[in-house]
Amino acid sequence: MKSAWVMRGMIGFYIFLFFAYLFGPLIVMSITAFNTPNYPQAYPFESFTLNWFVKLWNDRAMMEGLRNSIIIGLGVVAVSVPAGLAAAIIMSQIYHRARGLFYLVTISPLLTPGVIIGISTVIFWKDVLSITDVTKAVFYKGIILAILGQSSFVSAYCLLIFMARLTRFDRAQEEAALDLGASYPQVFWHILLPFLKPAVVSAIVIGFLSSFENYNTTTFAILADKTLVTVLAGQVRQGTTPALSALAVIIISISLVGAITYEVIKRREQARADLAQRRAKIAERAEVEASALPATSSA
Amino acid sequence: MSSRLVVLFVPFVVIAAFWLMARYEARQRHDPTHKGYFERNGMLLGIMFIFLVSLWTLFLVALPYLYMVVESFHPTLRPLERGGPNDVLTLAQYESFFVAHTGEGMNKVHIGAFIFSILASIAVTALNFAICYPLAFYMAQSGTPQKVRLLMLALIVPYWVNEILRAFSLRLLLATKGLINNVMVAAGFIDTPIDFLGNNVGLYVGLSYAYLLVMIFPLYNAIESLDKNQIEAARDLGAPWWRIHKDVVIPYAKPGIASGCTMVFMLSAGSLAAPQFLGGPRTLWFTSVIYNFFFQNFNWARGSAYAFILLAACIALVMLMLRLFKISLGETIK
Repeated sequence: MKSAWVMRGMIGFYIFLFFAYLFGPLIVMSITAFNTPNYPQAYPFESFTLNWFVKLWNDRAMMEGLRNSIIIGLGVVAVSVPAGLAAAIIMSQIYHRARGLFYLVTISPLLTPGVIIGISTVIFWKDVLSITDVTKAVFYKGIILAILGQSSFVSAYCLLIFMARLTRFDRAQEEAALDLGASYPQVFWHILLPFLKPAVVSAIVIGFLSSFENYNTTTFAILADKTLVTVLAGQVRQGTTPALSALAVIIISISLVGAITYEVIKRREQARADLAQRRAKIAERAEVEASALPATSSA
Repeated sequence: MSSRLVVLFVPFVVIAAFWLMARYEARQRHDPTHKGYFERNGMLLGIMFIFLVSLWTLFLVALPYLYMVVESFHPTLRPLERGGPNDVLTLAQYESFFVAHTGEGMNKVHIGAFIFSILASIAVTALNFAICYPLAFYMAQSGTPQKVRLLMLALIVPYWVNEILRAFSLRLLLATKGLINNVMVAAGFIDTPIDFLGNNVGLYVGLSYAYLLVMIFPLYNAIESLDKNQIEAARDLGAPWWRIHKDVVIPYAKPGIASGCTMVFMLSAGSLAAPQFLGGPRTLWFTSVIYNFFFQNFNWARGSAYAFILLAACIALVMLMLRLFKISLGETIK
């Protein structure tokens, strides 16, 4: 019994260490955002200030980067979610001998270093768009190349999300609809797509976030433009300022709010589901008793 | 220019070959219930699917990759010379990786950077496996569902903060003026600050920190489906805890372990942020070499060659490991 107690203590200590490693640096960084010295330091803590947030707000490069990041994120979602969905459906219909190669090609961007995706995107599209002066002037832009480069691996994430959901799709539903006279496109719009809705939502969220955070591919594909992450990288390279910590505080707060909301929603759903189940059971029992009653009285 | 154009036809030839094979096979065993692609999806959706998938797989994946490989077999040229008489196929870019630019001896700087990146990535992969395995096992086998969900959330939240800021936060801890040194000097443990970044401690910590999540989820998924009774049985038969892991859990979770290790290795070998912001001043990471060819020397051909060397080496190493541990690639990517 004592050894089990020791074991539990050790596991607890290990989990504590793990999360200290995970959160420690972020907590330290958050503290530096509120400290006055020019060099971000957590200890010694001199005095409390919110100046770094003001400085961040006035940083024009950062704001322009943020705007571009949002545009690119939306563009990537617009390309990747449909492409991932189409690939997931084609995966189940494609000629069986080609399936292995198709899978390899669609998944390869996940195994390719992001640097290489960025380089190949720029080299290829530069030559393709240079065919005419007009296409070069209109389309050879950092934002567009970043969307193209990032979409290659974000689509692969989306494909995996859709494939995971599709394995749980009940083919009987499709057959029932077809027997009742629905056409295949109707099955797609009215049965398959509603079934895939949760996967679509998570593909959008994951796609946007991974586009927003990407550095390796973007730093090549963005050319002369900038995104929030490339601006950040430039600032970290030049030196360190607590304004970066202030930005981190904002991002961490948004994440925490998001995570807590998610948890609350999940718990409520759970509670509602439990309640509904309990009610159904009570109703069922009442019904059974009611139907049993006249039977016993007549007997 | 011609070689560049020729390669663009390769994917179309492959597609045509598969299409002909499919036609041939369909004719061989005629199946009246079989429905054609457009019959199944309708004209509009069918065209839309094909358009989207070919945009992605051809124009965003296959063609750019092939084009980059072709570029690496071309000499370094000024923009005006492209397509001219000097634009021939050559192995010069690959030669320059091995031979020093003086023409004699090996290119020690770049080969050194390459070997260092690969070895350090392997070390980081091993480190992350050691750190993540116990937590993954705990979450998969002994945690209550509610606790596991909370732990998951706690794992994911730090990853909403981007790579650059995470590297920055580690720099605040490990720099000579950073928190750890400040506290240790103030407490009197050391007189002069330790240069964690200069001796690459920062680099290893940064890489490990960046890819913890990539290791833990595949491990968790693999161990989670292991039947608890198997562990119980092993325990009842008197197996000590380390044998349970060695003979029961790890063999079962092998695909998950392979997938986690592959991802962490590939991501570290290809990472750019941690080496740039946490590496010592004398440390040269291979992706930084590639980066410099693009942004300082504008030598795209040589950068492409180096990128291809990196990709080929990584794939070869992963394949070798999978072969060694007898796992197929299909099991790894799930």
